[in-house]
Amino acid sequence: MAIATGSEHRSFAGQLSRPVSLALALPLVLLLGFAFLLPVAKLLVGSVFAPNATAEHWVRIVQEPIFLRILVRTVKTAAIVTVLAFLLGYPVALVMSRQGGRAAMLIAACVLIPLWTSVLVRSYAWIVLLQRTGIVNNTLLSWGVIDQPLRLIYTEGAVIVAMTHVLLPYMILPIFSSLRSIPSELNRAARNLGAGPCTSFRTVTLPLSLPGVYAGAIMVFILSLGFYVTPALVGGPQNLTIATLIGQQTIDLLNWPFAGALAGLLLAVTLGLVAVFRRILSFGKAM
Amino acid sequence: MSTTSETSTAGALRSVPAPSRVSLSPFVGRWLLNGFVALVLAFLLLPTLIVMPMSVGQASYIQFPPKGLTLNWYQAYLSDPDWMGATLFSLKTAFATTVGATVIGTLASFALVRGNLPGARALQALTLAPLIVPHIVLAVALYLVFAPIGLTGNFVGFVIAHTMLSVPYVMLTVSAALHRFDPALELAALNCGANRAQAFWHVVLPNIAPGVAAGAVFAFLASFDEATVSFFISGVEGKTITRKLFEDIDYNLTPIIAAASTVMVVVSLALMGGVEWLRSRGTNRSVNLPKSVTL
Repeated sequence: MAIATGSEHRSFAGQLSRPVSLALALPLVLLLGFAFLLPVAKLLVGSVFAPNATAEHWVRIVQEPIFLRILVRTVKTAAIVTVLAFLLGYPVALVMSRQGGRAAMLIAACVLIPLWTSVLVRSYAWIVLLQRTGIVNNTLLSWGVIDQPLRLIYTEGAVIVAMTHVLLPYMILPIFSSLRSIPSELNRAARNLGAGPCTSFRTVTLPLSLPGVYAGAIMVFILSLGFYVTPALVGGPQNLTIATLIGQQTIDLLNWPFAGALAGLLLAVTLGLVAVFRRILSFGKAM
Repeated sequence: MSTTSETSTAGALRSVPAPSRVSLSPFVGRWLLNGFVALVLAFLLLPTLIVMPMSVGQASYIQFPPKGLTLNWYQAYLSDPDWMGATLFSLKTAFATTVGATVIGTLASFALVRGNLPGARALQALTLAPLIVPHIVLAVALYLVFAPIGLTGNFVGFVIAHTMLSVPYVMLTVSAALHRFDPALELAALNCGANRAQAFWHVVLPNIAPGVAAGAVFAFLASFDEATVSFFISGVEGKTITRKLFEDIDYNLTPIIAAASTVMVVVSLALMGGVEWLRSRGTNRSVNLPKSVTL
C-alpha cells in the first residue's frame, strides 16, 4: 500500500485498492459511455460520414448566409444577455452581500426561487406576459399608453428579456460569493483614509469582486449560447438561434448530418470556452 | 454603515477628517440602489409566480388579473388522462433516476475521493460534462442512439438519459461531503475489525448522509424539470409532463397549463425548500450548489 505503483495519487492510509475502486466507478463509466460519449460521438461522426467522408455539412454552416446570420444572432444575443445580466445582477449581489439577517434571506429567496423553478414554466410565463392579448399589452392598452397591441412575442427583444430573466441567478450567485469573501476591513480602511462611498467601491470593492463577475459572465454566456427552451418558445421560427436551428433541422427537416455539424460546432465552442476559462469557473473547485 | 464602522473600529484613529461634502447624495444614492434592486427582484420573482394566480382564474383564456376564483382548471388537469399520464410518467422517471443517480454517483464519488483510480482526473472532468454540454446537443445525440433500439418514448430510455444528466449533482454534493468527512473515523472502524463494506455502511454513509440527500433532491429535480432532452426522446405514449407542457404551450394555450405549471413549481419549491431547511439546521454546508440544469 505504501508504494503507489504508477498511480497518479499519493497513496494514503485506508485507501481503497485499485480493483475495488474500479468496481465502484464502473457503473458511472458505463453510464457515461453509453448515454454521453457514444451518442455525442455518433452525432459527430454522422456529420462527416454521410455515408462517405465529406465536409459539406460543415462548410454549409459558413457558406449559406442564412446560417451565418443565425450564428451571428446567437453570439449577439448571448453577449447582450450577459451584459444585461451583469448590469441587473451586480447591484443585487452588492446589496445582498451588505445585508444581514432577514433582508439577506429575503433577497436570497428572490434569487433562488426562480433558479429552482422549471425553465419551461418561466418561459411560459413570458408568453403570457408578452403575447398579443398578454398582460403587458392589456395593461398598456387599458392605461391608454398605446391603442394597438404591440408585437412583443416572437421578437429578438422577447428572447433577450426572457433569457436574461432565466439566467440572472447564475450571474448574481458567483458575484455575491466573491463580494462576501472581501474582508470588510478593507472598505473601512478606505473610508477611514477619506474615500467616499463611490471611491471606495470603485477602488476596493469592484476590483476585488471581478473574479465573481468573470465566473458569472462566462457561465451566462455559455448557457445562453446553447439555450433551447426559451428561444424555442418566445423566439418563434423567425428568431432561430443555433440551438433552435438544430431542433428545426432534426424535428422538421430530418437533416441529421447537418444537425450533427451544427451540434459539433456548438459543442466545440462551449468546450473551448470552458477549457480556456476553466480556472475561473467555480464548479471545478467543488470536486 | 459608515457611522457604526467609524465609531467601532476607528474612533481613536480619527486623524482623517470626515468627508467634507456633507450632502444628501449618499442617502439618495442608497435609496436609488435599493429601489433598483427591488425592481430587479420583482423582475426575477413575478414571472416565476404569475402562473399561480392564472391557474385559478375563471376565464378560459389567459386573463390578468384573473376574474373570479375557480379550481376548474385543476379539476380539468386531474381528470385529463393525457396530463395525468405525463405527470405520472415524469414522477416515475424522476424517482427511478433519483435512485440510480444517487447509488451510481455515491459509489463513484467514494472511489474518486477515497480510492486509487487510474484516470481519475479524466473521469472527474467527464462527470461534469453533462452540466456544461448544451442539452440540445445531448437531446439530438441521445435520440440518434435511442431511436433505432426502441429506447425513445420508453421508461428505461428516460431513466438512462436522466441518470446521466443528474449524476453530476450527486457527485458534486457527495464528493464535497466526503472531503469534509474525517477519514480517521473510517480507519478507526477498520482497526476495530469492521470490513470495508461495514465501515462504509455504518460509519461513512451516516456522516455523508446530508450530502447524499441533497444530491438525491437535485437529481430528482434535474429529472422532473428537464425539458429539452425529454422533448426529443418522448414518444406518443411515453412522454413527460415537460413534453406535454411544451406541446400545449405551442398549440393549445389554456389555463390547464397554468395549473400544471403551478404543480411543477410547488413540487420544485417544496423539495428545494426542504434542502435549504436541512442546510440551515447546521452540520452541512455543502449543499449551496446552484441548480444549473434544464437548459
